[in-house]
Formats: sequence, structure tokens, C-alpha cells
Amino acid sequence: MQHDWIMGLVGGGIIGLAGALFLLVNGRIMGASGIIGGLVDGSGRNDWVERAALLAGLVIVPAIAAFAMGGSETNLTGNVAVIIAAGLLVGIGTRLANGCTSGHGVCGISRLSLRGIVSTAFYIGAGGLTMVLFKHVLGVI
Amino acid sequence: MRAVISFLTGSLFGLGLLISGMTDTNKVQGWLDVFGQWDPTLAFVMGGAIVPMAIAWRFTIGRKPVLAPAFPTPPEPRIGRNLVIGSTMFGAGWGLAGLCPGPAIASLSYGGTGGLVFLVAMLAGMMLTPGLRERFDRAVPAT
Repeated sequence: MQHDWIMGLVGGGIIGLAGALFLLVNGRIMGASGIIGGLVDGSGRNDWVERAALLAGLVIVPAIAAFAMGGSETNLTGNVAVIIAAGLLVGIGTRLANGCTSGHGVCGISRLSLRGIVSTAFYIGAGGLTMVLFKHVLGVI
Repeated sequence: MRAVISFLTGSLFGLGLLISGMTDTNKVQGWLDVFGQWDPTLAFVMGGAIVPMAIAWRFTIGRKPVLAPAFPTPPEPRIGRNLVIGSTMFGAGWGLAGLCPGPAIASLSYGGTGGLVFLVAMLAGMMLTPGLRERFDRAVPAT
């Protein structure tokens, strides 16, 4: 358990360094939903090469690292209905709110952005309530 | 050059997500589930990421980015209904599956069919959003 916290802290630090690099060099905010969302809805047409380059790193490096570690596991539910509902909610929700855990959470809270803090409070609250309702009350997940 | 930095950013981001355990939905749902076997890891990840980011924000004061004309200006501190409704929807989906956009992308190579289905549904939701937002704004004008 203690090992998990240390890995969390180290991994989190690397995520923060990634965000710092993107901000200080490219002058951009490292928000996963905004970067990929701009590609699928066309709003990020002008800088699609940079967006695609970031996404390429985001897919390729964990693939290599997971392979080197002897594989990794997401432990995602096998319930396809839940997966599709969750994916739609995450897709629509993050674009409507203009950010997710990386944009509003990491990048927003660290600059004491009111929007980032409020958004994070709502998505953590909703996530916690979802666990109560769908796991403990309904037993679906 | 900006594309190279973008690739490096994505690479570090992905490595950090994997190392921290954030592509494991059990760890995310374990953190959200305060009434179950609570797993505090996510708080350590958030804390670990916010510290370098906060230093970076401090460093932007009075400076310019290396490869851009200016730093992003802070958005208007307005808490609109789209922020609240969107964040709530996102949180519900995050709780249901234990995946948010970053880890959903980073785990593409080892997330299996389920991970791919999640990613496709998420992208479909993102594609639908501009139209939905427009309809919503027309039906219920913001006050």
C-alpha cells in the first residue's frame, strides 16, 4: 500500500513536469479532453499536428513502458452498457465543462483558477455519489 | 519544434499516468469509493502533479513561453451552468468506469476491447457536444 502512494507521488510528479514543459515552452495548457476534443470536433484544426504529436506520445510511451514492465491492466468493467454510458458521459461532460482531471484539476487548481476548483469539486462529488448509488445501492458496478 | 515538445509532453504524461497507477480503474474507483476499501493513491498523484505545475505558473509571471508569443490568459472566473452540468456528467462517467480522458488514451495499447469501446464512446460524445450545447442554449437560454 505504501508502495502505491510513492508510485502515485512519483507518477504525479512526472505528470506535473509534463504540464510544466507544455506551459513554459509551448505556452499551452495540458488538458487531455481539450487536446483530443479539438481534433474530433474540428475546433483544433489549426494546430492539429501538435495535438496529434502529444497524443502519439501519450499512447506510444505507456505502450512501451507497460510492455517493459511485463504488461499492465486497466481492470475495466466487462459491462458494455456501463462502458458506453460512461464514455458518452465523460466525452460530453468534459467538453461542456471545457476540461477534465488534467485541465481543470492539475492545471487549473495549480493556478488557483476558480473554474478549475469548482469543476473539480463537482466531478469528484458526482464520482463519489455514483459509487454510492451504482455500487452500494444498485450493485451495478 | 513545438510538435517535438508536444510529443515529449504526451510521453511524460503517459509515463506518469502508468507509473502512478491511474490507468488502473480499480485505483480510481477505489479513491472515489469512500464507503468501500478507500484507496488514497489518487490524492498523492494529484498532489504530486500540482506542485511542479504551481511552480511553473509562478515562473510564467513577467515572462514569455519559449516557443509561443504569450502564456494563456486566465478565463473569466464565471461559473456557468455548462461548467457545473458538464463537470457533474463527467464525474458520473468517471465513477461508472474509473476512466478519465488522459488514462483512457494512455491505456489504448493494453486496455483491451473494453478500453477501445470506452474511447470510441468518449470521442462520439465529444463530437456530439457542440450540437448538443447549441440546442441546450436555445431551449433554455442562460440567465
